[in-house]
Amino acid sequence: MNKKQDDDLDYETTGHEWDGIKEYNKPLPRWWLWTFYACIVWAVLYSIAYPAWPGIKSATPGLLGFSTRAQVVEEIARFEEANAEINTQLASVELTEIAQDPNLNQYAQNAGGAVFRTWCAQCHGSGAAGAKGYPNLLDDDWLWGGDIEAIHTTIAHGIRNEEDLDARYSEMPAFGELLEPDEITQAVNYVMSLSGEPQDASMVAAGEAVYLDNCAACHMDDGTGDRWQGAPNLTDAIWLYGGDYDTLVETVTYSRFGVMPPWTERLSEAEIRAVATYVHGLGGGEAPVE
Amino acid sequence: MLNYIKLIALGLITLFAMIAASYARDLAYQVHAIIIMAVSAGLFLWTLRNTDEPVPAAVLQSSYMDGVVRYGVVATAFWGVVGFLAGTFIAFQLAFPGLNFEWAQGYANFGRLRPLHTSAVIFAFGGNALIATSFYVVQRTSAARLWGGNTAWFVFWGYNLFIILAATGYLLGATQSKEYAEPEWYVDLWLTIVWLAYLAVFVGTIIKRKEPHIYVANWFFLSFIVTVAMLHVFNNLSIPVSIFGSKSVQVFAGVQDAMVQWWYGHNAVGFFLTAGFLGMMYYFVPKQAERPVFSYKLSIIHFWALIFLYIWAGPHHLHYTALPDWASTLGMVFSIVLWMPSWGGMINGLMTLSGAWDKLRTDPVIRMMVISLGFYGMSTFEGPMMSIRAVNSLSHYTDWTIGHVHSGALGWNGMITFGALYFLVPKLWNRTRLYSLGMVSWHFWLATIGIILYAASMWVTGIMEGLMWREVDANGFLVNSFADTVAAKFPMYVVRGLGGVMYLTGALIMCYNLWMTVKRSPAKDAAVSSAAIAAE
Repeated sequence: MNKKQDDDLDYETTGHEWDGIKEYNKPLPRWWLWTFYACIVWAVLYSIAYPAWPGIKSATPGLLGFSTRAQVVEEIARFEEANAEINTQLASVELTEIAQDPNLNQYAQNAGGAVFRTWCAQCHGSGAAGAKGYPNLLDDDWLWGGDIEAIHTTIAHGIRNEEDLDARYSEMPAFGELLEPDEITQAVNYVMSLSGEPQDASMVAAGEAVYLDNCAACHMDDGTGDRWQGAPNLTDAIWLYGGDYDTLVETVTYSRFGVMPPWTERLSEAEIRAVATYVHGLGGGEAPVE
Repeated sequence: MLNYIKLIALGLITLFAMIAASYARDLAYQVHAIIIMAVSAGLFLWTLRNTDEPVPAAVLQSSYMDGVVRYGVVATAFWGVVGFLAGTFIAFQLAFPGLNFEWAQGYANFGRLRPLHTSAVIFAFGGNALIATSFYVVQRTSAARLWGGNTAWFVFWGYNLFIILAATGYLLGATQSKEYAEPEWYVDLWLTIVWLAYLAVFVGTIIKRKEPHIYVANWFFLSFIVTVAMLHVFNNLSIPVSIFGSKSVQVFAGVQDAMVQWWYGHNAVGFFLTAGFLGMMYYFVPKQAERPVFSYKLSIIHFWALIFLYIWAGPHHLHYTALPDWASTLGMVFSIVLWMPSWGGMINGLMTLSGAWDKLRTDPVIRMMVISLGFYGMSTFEGPMMSIRAVNSLSHYTDWTIGHVHSGALGWNGMITFGALYFLVPKLWNRTRLYSLGMVSWHFWLATIGIILYAASMWVTGIMEGLMWREVDANGFLVNSFADTVAAKFPMYVVRGLGGVMYLTGALIMCYNLWMTVKRSPAKDAAVSSAAIAAE
């Protein structure tokens, strides 16, 4: 190489020059070179220790026998083994007895919370306060029953889904096809009077007649609803879709059809019982029906 | 004669675009067909009007072709602001979801704007910067005018047409859902043509160079152009569902598709954002510092090591997935070995300043270049570290990754580009100096503090959410719901957005400064114009 000493520079350059740019002919920094070598040595050793080099049909497995899948399987097995005994107990005792056993109850609450945060929070919210169309699980207003047995059944089989024959089922008619708009307006004003919301008092009397003819079969004469049909209580000012006039007219006209999936296929019996215990314990859980 | 061939070709394209627009199966395709129809019809008329004009005398071969570089500089600054603005807006969309306006659903929600942001900064801002600087650098260091006559203009306009098609496609929902390779099949085909023309201009200029050797910056530019061509073609192999529709189906499926995607994605970082920008660094740093490059040996060794190693590192994007463990190990091992070759560029750049360190005090442009090398070094250390399987199991899918790419993109790519623009504008418009060095200082500090806010908040939120996701209690049950981790990130999202505002403000100051440089700075004596090709 054509090396030359440049007068105004303190080290020899390669002698090339491009648009005024020259290059020193300095050696590689030692620390850089040795770190580079060290990385290469480490790389070779690591690829001997871990699965690395592909062959025709399989790759070298590595001396340590490491596998990411085996790692996951092992971790899951470790916890399943540790929890095996208490899970068996949880799945076999009477549902009403879970709350009596402090140890079992604590485990179920804890496990149920984790199941809830993973599978239920998407609709019911991570704090279980629900959202429009998704019931709030913190209050004591229950559509299909709030004792542990009822909650367990709802979680296991779901609501109005097509996968599970035991799913809870009911269907409110779309009254827009059955009633005149005036009648719907009257009925809605009557329903609003039940929970003491501001309403057009002149329509309440006519509304009551419409209500008793069309709605009372499910929502009962006094408007307190029927849990066997999942018919909401209309007197408590708790609304699943909203209690303002426009929303109620929409609900009565077009009806609602909220769906919840069944969980028996995706969760174990112990997990379903755990999450039922957790939901029951959120605040509104009711004592078992005698 | 050539004009008649051009007219026939443009006429046919216009005709086909018209047919395509009327048979279009989706809105994005229709809009694109109309854009192409308008462009080719406009070119048809323009060519027609010029057909009987006298052919100008042979282009002056004694001067560099700087017009296209000037356009490139303007496009770089323009797309930079667009990209930073989009990024800042979507950062606030994440912090305040209400900014996903109901009336703009399906067009300006986060999902549509996010690829618009990434493509605007990487391909529009970064790509225009690379094309403009490579055209400038290859002419100066080869002492030759760009090869191919107006082909360079075709590359500039063709590339920017690609950007328009890509950006409008994202907003209208045309995407093949591959990160950084979102444009659909016909946009990919167009980019392939433009890119091959770019390669031809670059290689042609190198071949007709008057210097005996090829300068190191050109090695990097060339490796960037060649490798991106290869990556682009393989990752976009797909079959259109209809010739009149934007949708296409990938030829690879499942984990093979994922592997090809991240082979592409990682090397888009490696060759577009690293090799290409190192090419920029190798010219503008020694020029601005007026010092020789630190070590020729280091440039050779780190160039070849970087080129050889980078291409294998892609699998580290797919740790703990369906990808076999052996591939994931190799991706990780190559990433670690890549650490020193990446740092070779940083050392060569920083050490070039030895003997000129005092310029850090007086020249904010040099300061910008030095901080860019600092961020380059930081992110090329962070990258190999995050590729380690154990670190990746914490960092993957978290905001740490977002922070990492932004310290690279804002710090390294952004800052070195700003430095190059500050260097180029006075030269290209024949001005003695920049309009205001004070404004450069403001830009420097705003951008630097902006990046620090960005990176620091993403480290905090990334590590926090990684720890929250994996947190289990003594019985092995998850402690946090996903929504809890999202809620916990809110304050850091606001800080990140503020960092973006600062970075954007800095870029706007730069645009004003560059504009005023062209308008107000005193002109240079024409006799010492930098556009004349250096004598032998």
